[in-house]
Amino acid sequence: MSRLAVPKTYKLYIGGAFPRSESGRSYEITTAKGAFLANAAQASRKDARDAVVAARNAQSGWSNATAYNRGQVLYRIAELLEGRHAQFVEEVRASEGVTAASAAAQVDEAIDTWVWYAGWADKYVQVAGSGNPVSGPYFNLSVPEPTGVVAIVAPQGASSLLGLVSVLAPALVSGNTVVVVADHAHPLSAISLAEVLATSDVPGGVVNILTGSPAEIAPWLASHADVNALDLTGAGALEWIELQIAAADTLKRVVEPEPGVPARSLDRILAFTETKTVWHTKALL
Amino acid sequence: MESPVSSHTVSSAAADAAVVLAPAERAVRILGGELTERSLRLHLEGLSGVDAVGLEQRAEALGTRSIKTTSKAWALDKIIGLIDLTTLEGADTPGKVRSLVAKGLTPDPSDPTTPRVAAVCVYGDMVPDAVAALGVAHGDPDDGMVSVAAVATAFPSGRASLRVKLADTADAVAAGADEIDMVIDRGAFLAGRYGQVFEQIVAVKEACRREDGSSASLKVILETGELNTYDNVRRASWLAILAGGDFIKTSTGKVAPAATLPVTLLMLEVVRDWNRLTGERIGVKPAGGIRTSKDAIKYLVTVAETVGEQWLQPHLFRFGASSLLNDVLLQRQKLTTGRYSGPDYVTLD
Repeated sequence: MSRLAVPKTYKLYIGGAFPRSESGRSYEITTAKGAFLANAAQASRKDARDAVVAARNAQSGWSNATAYNRGQVLYRIAELLEGRHAQFVEEVRASEGVTAASAAAQVDEAIDTWVWYAGWADKYVQVAGSGNPVSGPYFNLSVPEPTGVVAIVAPQGASSLLGLVSVLAPALVSGNTVVVVADHAHPLSAISLAEVLATSDVPGGVVNILTGSPAEIAPWLASHADVNALDLTGAGALEWIELQIAAADTLKRVVEPEPGVPARSLDRILAFTETKTVWHTKALL
Repeated sequence: MESPVSSHTVSSAAADAAVVLAPAERAVRILGGELTERSLRLHLEGLSGVDAVGLEQRAEALGTRSIKTTSKAWALDKIIGLIDLTTLEGADTPGKVRSLVAKGLTPDPSDPTTPRVAAVCVYGDMVPDAVAALGVAHGDPDDGMVSVAAVATAFPSGRASLRVKLADTADAVAAGADEIDMVIDRGAFLAGRYGQVFEQIVAVKEACRREDGSSASLKVILETGELNTYDNVRRASWLAILAGGDFIKTSTGKVAPAATLPVTLLMLEVVRDWNRLTGERIGVKPAGGIRTSKDAIKYLVTVAETVGEQWLQPHLFRFGASSLLNDVLLQRQKLTTGRYSGPDYVTLD
């Protein structure tokens, strides 16, 4: 006897919850050959607005967590990804039309990338910070601190899971909270990643994932006064100069588009940090 | 001047009939004859019960209106002009009151077209600071000025002797308060001693009188969150109006739930009925718990649909709020600039 198919509806991930789009819209996700795969929510500007509010509310809690704790939480995500390995391989394979071996390699790489970035959480400050020589009886210390709320356009078109992880993890490491627009054509693994995040120890609102058209959503995030940084890695196909101009109005940090999946690097972590320099008297003991 | 009914314990019709209340002008006009505890009780308990399901449905339906673009811009400016910008904390300092006043006068320094709030609302002892900070801008909101409202009568609990409450009120009026927000004695009300509550409101109304014969406007706080039922809210609203209140106000903001849309709708309906009965216009002030522009717009819709748009003016409708103003300013900035604003662009309160 044949069984009725139960297709999954992929919803947004905002503030730790999985709402449908405020606009009520959805769009069809197809396989590489054009067959129906799933429905995904098509986020509107108001979903982006809600996501920024959620990210802002989560910001102080996440950035005030100890570096060690953040590292543990991020590492835990990698553990959970490993547990769902088969599901991610299946979604990547179905959506991107790649071979099972190639999909598995991508998922492996994504998990390794999480682990790699998780390890930096309690180390990047030592590498990027400095004790500065000054001509007086003072300690002068520079330390990187998180920028705040980071809006990201994830890499579009290929390696949907690895692309997302490669932009998401580095922003989280230092204590930023994130609103990310997932790969438009292949958002399934992004929402499954959200399910992993929701059941791990990441506080709600630290990561917010929107599916839909980056061309529609990105301008609202770029001009949003409560977004502190804009990562345009996957925005190469958009009018990204306009986005950069909009971001300049509110003095955002901007990372320019780059093709493909960005390589792991400490620079990506430091791109979303601000340097704080403090003077402190040397004790007269 | 202790209330004659304060020793009242057992309510018997004969005893009630013997207790003569202060002949407040409105109550005498409506109830007729000699005003006694009994006639007041018969009137209040004779009010028809509230259809709770119908009320909540009506309130919810009114909250579904979609107000956009030019209507929204109008509504946002209207809301600002109806706000009693409030600080009622034990930690209030003269400096905090000064910054509250500055915010009330110039809500958004980046946009001078932003209207002023209707009033600032402070504790009685902070009134001199508020008056001094307002300076020449102190006056009637109809003239583009900002009034000073003071909470009095042992706010927020109302647990003090009438003597203390009257002194509290008189002090605030003498210090220059234009409006007095008094709390009713919920304990007496819930115990069924309506006459005692009535007498206190009448006495406080008298204490609002200034030496020159004019009078501070009296807002009567019902604290609906402690009245338990809609029927009680309706009775308390009538009681406050009969005793001479110029405004009826939902809550102190210190008790949850504070203002809700159904309760405000119910109070507006009492005000509407009173207007039909006598032609007089009583104000309504929801206070506490209204934090977003979206919520506040629902209240505007409810007012316009219940008592009419002429009620959307500072002498007939107010919002008691502190954080609401910032949200309205964010929405206003969104409308003028076309991009979303953030909390970095308004004051920290």
